[in-house]
Amino acid sequence: MSASNEFVGEARAVSRHAPRSHSFGWAGVASWFGGVAGLLVLAVLWEAAPRVGLLDAKFFPALSAVLAKLAVIGATSEFWGFVASTVRTWMLGLVIATGSGVVMGLVIGLTPGARKYTHSTIEFLRPIPSVALIPGVILLFGSRYQSGVVLITYAAFWQVLLQMLYGLNDIDSVARDTARSFRFSRAAYVRHVAWPTLLPFLFTGVRLAAAMALVLAVTAEMVIGSQGVGRGIMVAQASNAAAEAYAYVLVAGLMGVAINIAARALERRLLRWHPSVRNAGGAR
Amino acid sequence: MTGVETAAVVSVQNLNKAYESKERRVEAIGDLSFDVRHGDFTCIVGPSGAGKTTLLKCLAGLLAPTRGSIRVNGHAVTSPPEEMAIVFQEYGRSLFPWKTVRENVELPLRERKIPKAERQRLVDSALEAVSLANSADSYPWQLSGGMQQRVAIARAVAYQPKVMVLDEPFAAVDAQTRADLEDLMLRLWGEFDLTVIFVTHDIDEAVYLGQRVLVLSSSPTRVLDDVPVDLPEPRTQAQTRIEPGFAELRTRVYRGIQLAKKAKGPSEGAHS
Amino acid sequence: MIASILRKLGVELALPLILFGLLYALSASSTNFFFPPLATVLEKFNSLWLGPRFVSDVVPSLLRLLAGYAMACVLGVAIGTVIGICAPLRRAAEPVLEFFRAIPPVAMIPLLIVSMGFGNTMKITVIVAGAIWPILLNTVEGVKAVDSVLDETCRTYQIKGAARLWHFILPSASPQIIVGMRLGLSIGIVLMVISEMFAALDGLGAAIIYFQRSYEIPQMWSGVLMLGLFGFVLSMVFRLFERYLLAWYHGARDLERQN
Repeated sequence: MSASNEFVGEARAVSRHAPRSHSFGWAGVASWFGGVAGLLVLAVLWEAAPRVGLLDAKFFPALSAVLAKLAVIGATSEFWGFVASTVRTWMLGLVIATGSGVVMGLVIGLTPGARKYTHSTIEFLRPIPSVALIPGVILLFGSRYQSGVVLITYAAFWQVLLQMLYGLNDIDSVARDTARSFRFSRAAYVRHVAWPTLLPFLFTGVRLAAAMALVLAVTAEMVIGSQGVGRGIMVAQASNAAAEAYAYVLVAGLMGVAINIAARALERRLLRWHPSVRNAGGAR
Repeated sequence: MTGVETAAVVSVQNLNKAYESKERRVEAIGDLSFDVRHGDFTCIVGPSGAGKTTLLKCLAGLLAPTRGSIRVNGHAVTSPPEEMAIVFQEYGRSLFPWKTVRENVELPLRERKIPKAERQRLVDSALEAVSLANSADSYPWQLSGGMQQRVAIARAVAYQPKVMVLDEPFAAVDAQTRADLEDLMLRLWGEFDLTVIFVTHDIDEAVYLGQRVLVLSSSPTRVLDDVPVDLPEPRTQAQTRIEPGFAELRTRVYRGIQLAKKAKGPSEGAHS
Repeated sequence: MIASILRKLGVELALPLILFGLLYALSASSTNFFFPPLATVLEKFNSLWLGPRFVSDVVPSLLRLLAGYAMACVLGVAIGTVIGICAPLRRAAEPVLEFFRAIPPVAMIPLLIVSMGFGNTMKITVIVAGAIWPILLNTVEGVKAVDSVLDETCRTYQIKGAARLWHFILPSASPQIIVGMRLGLSIGIVLMVISEMFAALDGLGAAIIYFQRSYEIPQMWSGVLMLGLFGFVLSMVFRLFERYLLAWYHGARDLERQN
């Protein structure tokens, strides 16, 4: 390749734009600042719109009212009970889905020929919306938390499985041939060749599944009526307590954000050693 | 030859380009001055790290110089000049993969609002000139590396630029293809009356192709030697490379580069 | 030639047929009220969903979905492109978007019901509100990451403004955008069903819940089967659309994979 790329700084600076600032310290601060500014704008709008009458305050209370309500219910044990229920459903579903997804993924990916036989079945079952299971789980579990767990497990399983299969597909053929020429045992192959390649994909799958699992947990609670944040929303809405309903919605959103941040941080930490943190799947 | 034709198409005056980072200031280009006249085929060589790519980006208006000026066709370069066409080294990434070969060559002409019939003519003649008329409806990724680079060259030719700048365009193709592409460049230069600035690290290539070879020093870069190449025309792979003059010129350039590698230029850089 | 097509078909159908057969056989003698024999369910499927209910339920559902999804695509790509191109705007918007996309769209349903009522407007709004996020966010990602060499090429050949957007940025981002649209479709279907389960007189979701509440179990399962097929067919249609639009991308990648 171009030998002049060895030149210090050239590769960076010779990028799309003429370098705008020569002091790289500013860039990080600017982006952090920009993000905060955006949130502030949102907060101001949320506060102003109902007050000014742009949105009907009865249905759409101002941010201050919602936050105040949140402070109130945040002190009750009922609230935390709801949060704990949701977290339990979420975690259980996610763990089962990840476990079974990894196992299935390894079995299908590593068994020669399995992939082509299972391809049509996967492609048929995958797009079936998990909500189609709702009547079934209502019959089986009623409004117990297991309903939510089944829903989550079903949907999250596909995410994990697919990412596993993408990962196994992506194994460098040179690495595979090298392993074969050194007569690696199955187990050694999985440990030294397959698993390191898989890991980033698996992480993406778990991250996506985690976000999906939270949404489904809340959905199950809302539609089926199991205990949790979703039920909090429904109850509040049924008694016309708009601020409280929005407070619960806010909580659901914050939980989602927290999960996303935690997942990304974990991904960065655990995959730091990985030579090429690939853009696996690319979906958000 | 009127005065207009001998005036410089590209004029680089005291070009200086420095990169600043938190720790240090590095001068890629120290003090570069040269002119290129209409119809010239000028090759630029230099050791690794000689700032060849930086020079190219400055010429192309993609980077702003720290000091000094570049003028193309009489006016100063502050943004990519209209009269210039660039052929990049990474041909694979410079072609649009979602467009066919023909569409790729045609796109810059559409932007210039050239009427359809004229566009067709220019595209067809350019593709014909690079012997890719039959691949006009293929996609770039369906072609070999050498063919892709020819598409990039055809695009530059169809654009009818005043100056064509090529950045080590044949570095990433195999030797046989490179020889063919070199001859293609010479042919196009003659057929379309182009003005060419050809950056390369290959000394043989520079002497074979150019009428003039500029040897650059290491950073901070300046012109170490300006070698006129008066080998007989037309140049051929078989004949030209065994001319006695070729070996002499080649040696002169080679020595220049060795010198450049040893002596770093006046060190104004490396502040802390 | 025929032999290879038949063999391929055989491979594709082997496992599904086995599973289907197993399910059929195992459930044939079922006396469980909640899990009737597959045969009964299929019979109901035939009489209901391949019959009158197709027009009275599936079609309205489909129309709602398409309306909401189309709007989500247009808005998502438009807004996503604007945000993706303008770096300061993107920095400001990122946390806000992350927050909004974390809110389960289902949570908005009761709130939208009180402000909008039970009609189609509410359902379509819900679909848009949920499906737009993956489309928007993936558009931002796709627009953000363009190849630097191609970008320089555009600049040197004076390809600017709208032309740059149309010929360079959008096609370059299209694989990523399509990923977002795929996710948006799944989310749209989920929201369509749920909003109908909450509040509707017609539609797939409404029908399934109706059957469940009146304990017409085989009919309920036939509805579930219909829903599965609905999702499957839409997914296939999307695939075809994607294959056509991204033919260049798949071609280039396959070639890359071979080397």
